[in-house]
Amino acid sequence: MRQVYLDHQSATPLLPEAFEAMRPYFTEYYGNASSLHQHGLRVRDALKKARQQMAALIHAESEDEIFFTSDGTESANLAIKGVAYANERKGKHLVISATEHPSVVNSVEFLEKQGWTCTRVPVDREGRVDLKGLEAAITPQTVLVALHHVNHDIGTIQPVVEAGKICAKAGVPLYVDCEASAGWLPIDVREFGAALVSFSPHRFYGPKGVGVLYRNKRARIVSILHGGVQEGGRRAGTENIPAIVGAGVAAEVAARELPQWRAHTAVLQKRLWDGLSRDIPFIKLNGPIPGPDRVSTNINISTEFIEGEGQLLLCDLNGIAVASGSSCVSKSLKISHVLSAIGLDHALAQGNLILTLGKDNTEADMDYVVETFVRIVDKLRGMSPMWEEFERGVIDSVIAPRGFGKSFSEHAAAVSGKAAH
Amino acid sequence: MSDTYTLYNPTVMDHFMNPRNMGDLRDADGVGEVGAAACGDIMKISLKIRDGKIEDARFKTFGCGSAIASSSMATELIKGRTIEEAMTFSNQEVVNALGGLPPVKIHCSVLAEEALKAALEDYVKRHPELAERAAAAEPVSA
Ligand code: FES
Repeated sequence: MRQVYLDHQSATPLLPEAFEAMRPYFTEYYGNASSLHQHGLRVRDALKKARQQMAALIHAESEDEIFFTSDGTESANLAIKGVAYANERKGKHLVISATEHPSVVNSVEFLEKQGWTCTRVPVDREGRVDLKGLEAAITPQTVLVALHHVNHDIGTIQPVVEAGKICAKAGVPLYVDCEASAGWLPIDVREFGAALVSFSPHRFYGPKGVGVLYRNKRARIVSILHGGVQEGGRRAGTENIPAIVGAGVAAEVAARELPQWRAHTAVLQKRLWDGLSRDIPFIKLNGPIPGPDRVSTNINISTEFIEGEGQLLLCDLNGIAVASGSSCVSKSLKISHVLSAIGLDHALAQGNLILTLGKDNTEADMDYVVETFVRIVDKLRGMSPMWEEFERGVIDSVIAPRGFGKSFSEHAAAVSGKAAH
Repeated sequence: MSDTYTLYNPTVMDHFMNPRNMGDLRDADGVGEVGAAACGDIMKISLKIRDGKIEDARFKTFGCGSAIASSSMATELIKGRTIEEAMTFSNQEVVNALGGLPPVKIHCSVLAEEALKAALEDYVKRHPELAERAAAAEPVSA
């Protein structure tokens, strides 16, 4: 059976050259970067090189602005809490968009329990943040604005440069979460006007276990992990040297290959969506159409009248690895907050699937996915009471309404005695 | 890599991939459709009843893998039971027969129990004489 991995948003395979570079740091160069002898000094050098490679990827002025953490979640926690705590005396107000990653949202909620307040700026139906709303949300008490570069769920590219200008005018630092864009879109921290930027090398063929936080020297931040004085005292804890070395190599390769990776995935993205929209009725693309407003690696679809977990399972049984934002796949039984924020109907959010492309996917893979998905949709629609009720005219389609029949949500509320969500 | 990993145990996967009794019954004697308040999924069970016994059952489900497997298993289990027996059917029986479900997925089996009971209620509603007979019989059975 053909194997098609379409979950690059979760993990990517490690580059062979990164793996080779890491190998000696497990067994031969095992020193601790804090040690003062040969073993320590050697890895200190490796650490410096990796910092330079990271700085180059995002056009940071100096490698001293790069901190290594354990992953993207830690970077987000450090950015949000570190800045909030450092600026407590100035004010206790934060501004974020409604569709940030959970590591940002939950860090903010943690602070809200301790007396901070936060304004969540709405996004439009394609997930683009409302810049006027963002500007209006900033108050004299605001100490940080957080806006992601690319949305992790629906691939929307945010107007970060414009947001950066608004923040500069207001004198508030901007934190840009680049988890879903690093390695796939050019990042220039100076052009963004960003005080902080975070990203994870495992999204672009580096290893897991390492995250990056860029911090402009002028931005005040305090440590949230306490211990030794690693990372300039901003992040205590022994550095994960093998992972950092591999991440540096991955960053160097990504900086070089980015235009090709991007062009290749853009072709696949278009082929995939063209095929799906051609062969499957009542299917919707969430987020902007493939083009300048959407990252080339993401396709987020809602297939009407069927639920997402079943789609995911049947894809997996056919060798296709995907993700879903349906409530049935989440432990909290809630649909993805991004899908709620763009105002997607519950019925469509339930039928959600997230496909994220990588450099090794091929056009033949895309054709296989389209072909297979047609069969999966037929099978699940054949089992779905909603499909049958739609065909009988009892309920109407959200995607292409015929103008008669109840909405799915009305119907669901009627049979469950409660509104959906 | 020779191992295949699955989200659910082999019995659940089997019922998800090869659901039993999927579909509708023409001239069903009772139809129940319910929704899960937790996740918003929907299940429908249709019954054919003869001489107080469930002769045939079918399901349709808009829901996750364990909801599909639960409805498949529930329709298997209740075939041949009397209405009285079916009235006391519990989701735990589905969970046991499936060899267990993840804790967060127990509510999917509850959906199957509720759909079955809704179908039985529909049948009773269509046959008011049954309720009368049950009421008359009550003192004896009590
Ligand atoms: S029916 Fe939604 S989680 Fe099972």
